[in-house]
Amino acid sequence: MELSLSTRTVAGYQVLEVGGEIDVYTAPQLRARLISLVEDGARRVVVDLGRVEFLDSTGLGVLVGALKRLRGVGGELSLVCGQERLLKIFRITGLDRVFTLYPTVDGATADNPDGSS
Amino acid sequence: MPTVKLSFTPAPAHVRTARLVGVAVARRAGVAAELFDEIRLAIGEACSRAVSLHRDHAIPDLIEVALADDERFTVLVTDRAPIEAALGQALADPSDLADTVALLEPGGPADAADPAAEEAVTVGMRLALLAGLVEDLSVRPADHGPGTEVRMSWPTTAGRNGSAGRGSSPARGPSPARG
Repeated sequence: MELSLSTRTVAGYQVLEVGGEIDVYTAPQLRARLISLVEDGARRVVVDLGRVEFLDSTGLGVLVGALKRLRGVGGELSLVCGQERLLKIFRITGLDRVFTLYPTVDGATADNPDGSS
Repeated sequence: MPTVKLSFTPAPAHVRTARLVGVAVARRAGVAAELFDEIRLAIGEACSRAVSLHRDHAIPDLIEVALADDERFTVLVTDRAPIEAALGQALADPSDLADTVALLEPGGPADAADPAAEEAVTVGMRLALLAGLVEDLSVRPADHGPGTEVRMSWPTTAGRNGSAGRGSSPARGPSPARG
């Protein structure tokens, strides 16, 4: 299955919903979308992995790159992931300590102190 | 003896094909269904590794995947990259993951988002995943010519029961075969 990407705004966060397979072939599309979000001014970004069926090391590299890019401009990236098979990948690589992982989009966007913005 | 052999040009698009074929052969070989996710990921990582080595060194040769279902389901992924290139990657160890975390600390290098750094993270994650997922994993020089072989194997139900004799318990046959 191809990658699907769609963006929406929730409580001042840019939520990028990803579906399908993130691998060495599709990861460049994800990278390009994340870069353009930041270039367009997004600073609080949530990547929703809820509909991701496959995630490999290339996808992890892209997510780490986006986190660094956002932190470099004073922004923040968090992830939504409730699937055990993906959580296992974050645990094995130690990235569960690098990313803030939320089970739901509501959780990822609820801690915004001025959600009205 | 390989049951299925697959060769592909070093293009990222073909890695998915290798994953699909690999899981199909694993299913056929009688590997437990709960192992399919890790087999899919491990074959993908081994093939991505080979593709990135070939591309880094502009090697157009085919990458080979051999799948065998003997006592265990065995996957052999062979690249044709110079051995030093592969060893350079293999030397990365879990302590590099700590470096990755350090890069993310506030006040870390401002250019940390450059493509080379991202590629280094990917290579580190790839090796961490392979080592973390696959109990029986080895990386060694290819038997013939340049390159390295990544060999991985998983148990099959046939292999598990092999010494007891596969046909020795007809009374416990799987129920879906009724009719």
